[in-house]
Amino acid sequence: MYTIVKKRGLADQITEYVVQAPVVAGAAQAGQFAVIRLHERGERIPLTLADWDAQAGTITLVVQAVGKTTVELEERFHEGDALADVVGPLGEPSEIEEYGTVVCVAGGVGIAPIHPVARALKGAGNEVICIAGARNRGLLFWLDRLSDVCDDLIITTDDGSHGRKGLVTEPLKELVEGGGVARVWAIGPAIMMKFCSLVCQAAGVPIVVSLNPIMVDGTGMCGACRVEVDGVVRFACVDGPEFRGDRVNWDLLIARLAAFKEEERCALEQFRAALKEARE
Amino acid sequence: MIRKTRVPMREQDPAARIHNFQEVPFGYTPEEAIQEAKRCLQCKNAPCIGGCPVEIDIPRFIAHIAAGDFRAAIRTIKEANTLPAICGRVCPQETQCEGVCTLGKKFEPVAIGRLERFVADWERKRGMELPPVGEPTGFRVAVVGSGPAGLACAVELRRFGHAVTVFEALHEPGGVLMYGIPEFRLPKDIVRREIATLQEMGVELVTNAVVGKAFTVDGLLADGYHAVFVGTGAGLPRFLGIPGESLIGVYSANEFLTRVNLMRAYLFPEYDTPVRVGKRVAVVGGGNVAMDAARTALRLGAEEVLVLYRRTEAEMPARREEIRHAKEEGVKFHFLVNPVRFLGEGGELTAVECLRMELGVPDESGRRRPVPIEGSEFVMPVETAVIAIGNQPHPLVPRTTPGLSVTRWGTIQADEDGATGRPGVFAGGDIVTGAATVISAMGAGKKAAQAIDRYLREKAAG
Repeated sequence: MYTIVKKRGLADQITEYVVQAPVVAGAAQAGQFAVIRLHERGERIPLTLADWDAQAGTITLVVQAVGKTTVELEERFHEGDALADVVGPLGEPSEIEEYGTVVCVAGGVGIAPIHPVARALKGAGNEVICIAGARNRGLLFWLDRLSDVCDDLIITTDDGSHGRKGLVTEPLKELVEGGGVARVWAIGPAIMMKFCSLVCQAAGVPIVVSLNPIMVDGTGMCGACRVEVDGVVRFACVDGPEFRGDRVNWDLLIARLAAFKEEERCALEQFRAALKEARE
Repeated sequence: MIRKTRVPMREQDPAARIHNFQEVPFGYTPEEAIQEAKRCLQCKNAPCIGGCPVEIDIPRFIAHIAAGDFRAAIRTIKEANTLPAICGRVCPQETQCEGVCTLGKKFEPVAIGRLERFVADWERKRGMELPPVGEPTGFRVAVVGSGPAGLACAVELRRFGHAVTVFEALHEPGGVLMYGIPEFRLPKDIVRREIATLQEMGVELVTNAVVGKAFTVDGLLADGYHAVFVGTGAGLPRFLGIPGESLIGVYSANEFLTRVNLMRAYLFPEYDTPVRVGKRVAVVGGGNVAMDAARTALRLGAEEVLVLYRRTEAEMPARREEIRHAKEEGVKFHFLVNPVRFLGEGGELTAVECLRMELGVPDESGRRRPVPIEGSEFVMPVETAVIAIGNQPHPLVPRTTPGLSVTRWGTIQADEDGATGRPGVFAGGDIVTGAATVISAMGAGKKAAQAIDRYLREKAAG
């Protein structure tokens, strides 16, 4: 039983779930993901692991309610309820080594999956600088947890309501141009990872990104998650999800993320209507 | 006087069935089955048994049907094959048992597959009998993959009395029977029923368990399993490797069929997984999977479905019955064409550019090799394309199991009993042979179970 043992709102539409999944928790490494399914009629969605506790047999998922499945999770699944399925850990773990000084950039809900990567890098002896950005203060979370696993935490918001006003790419640019940064990790919306990659590429600093294309099985079987890296088709689920950001075909990734836009909108609308009806 | 032709099996009308996912053939009635069974010559040499990869005593089960004793018929089949409702539907009988039927030399061969299906369905309605399970041996065997090879292996191991745990990566067991073969050819309730039988026999099933990730073959051996059977199949989709293949609207057959079969996208939005099908759909390939994809696309509302195959109809690997079904339903076949490029607008597929081919000299498979005709490029507008040119062995287990020898095709090297280079590790089905049939995988699973049984008993003897 994949029981939700803890559910906690972190920010606007962003919720933390601690879920019983001992198999996943026992084998998880930074950078890997799990695929979940809510119920018998549910779709399979990939979520990068935000944390895990092998002893307790739990994993932590941080989910932004944006589509039918994530909104349903938020609205209908509470502490004590169980998810139908959790499978993982999937994908290759992050390549954690002692690089020297590394920068971990997180955009929005990407703060959650960058956390174990920063922790692992720190544990390997790196000097870790984190940059966490969001549109506004209300969308930031886990800043305490992040500062626990890095040497320096830079915060940005688009509207200046917390930290520096502006995008994560600005402090990133200063850091990589300033020299001494051996490697950068970036996790967040595709467009943010694309611009982080451009910044790093210009400065000649290697950047690793965690891609989030549409997946069905997550084990290499369907090919829905194909991405182009260095001009070669790769499957994000088994070859990734992390790739060198300067080598990713971003436009293709961004286009493919919208493959089912119309269907996703229709499913969400129907679900919201059903929710409203149930409440009235 | 023997009927020259087989008793026909009634089917859903093509015009009606392209609007639903219900099974196409209705199956024989008891009267029809008896009538067909009486065509069997009961020949002494029974070539049909040799034609069956699991060696069902075919004349004996048919004799029971002819006598109206359906219970005895199903028992006979189940001595050799515990999944007859599946095999009766998806086996290529025309190249196996029916292909060597003595009656077939002069007339139409006995409809062995239809008869197998009939008694399996009869039993499902009357109540299934559990095959006998052996006395507990104290041995535990892990079976990796719950497709045809894994299921057949698990049943056989239970019969010997070994404890069996089957590990399945997906959320539902059945492998290709669940994700690959469509509902209208193999209803999923039948697969679930057959799997429930296994569980009633004491087979333990663990879903969401990816061997090669959270579990490994060595980890299973260290955890107290005395042997491991690897039946992970050929689940890795092959693409054409041509420009435009990542446009929205281009699917691998695996993705397209998994969305529809395993995830029930045909019931979207009642089920959450969507699938998109344009007005004009091109399916690339000539095998059963291509036929399944084409017929699925029709049922999802496509106005026109084109099968693009680089050889001619004679070389198509698909079963004749599937080709006939596809044609009846209005699928259009374009032979001797090969896609060279997908074209799109705004990231979405709009057309496929193809080359015309001609047949040259035979290749290593004995089929004449298609050769492109220079300058014959032409463009066909399509909104959806499904690539059904075959699957490769799944690399996860070979990659994470030291000491297994892997061929250059990615298959695991195993002898005819499924023994690999590692003592206690056996393999069978598509992971050993490359993509093949359900029944050959079942045959391999069963053979491996017998070899595992010998291995364990020898081990116990010291």
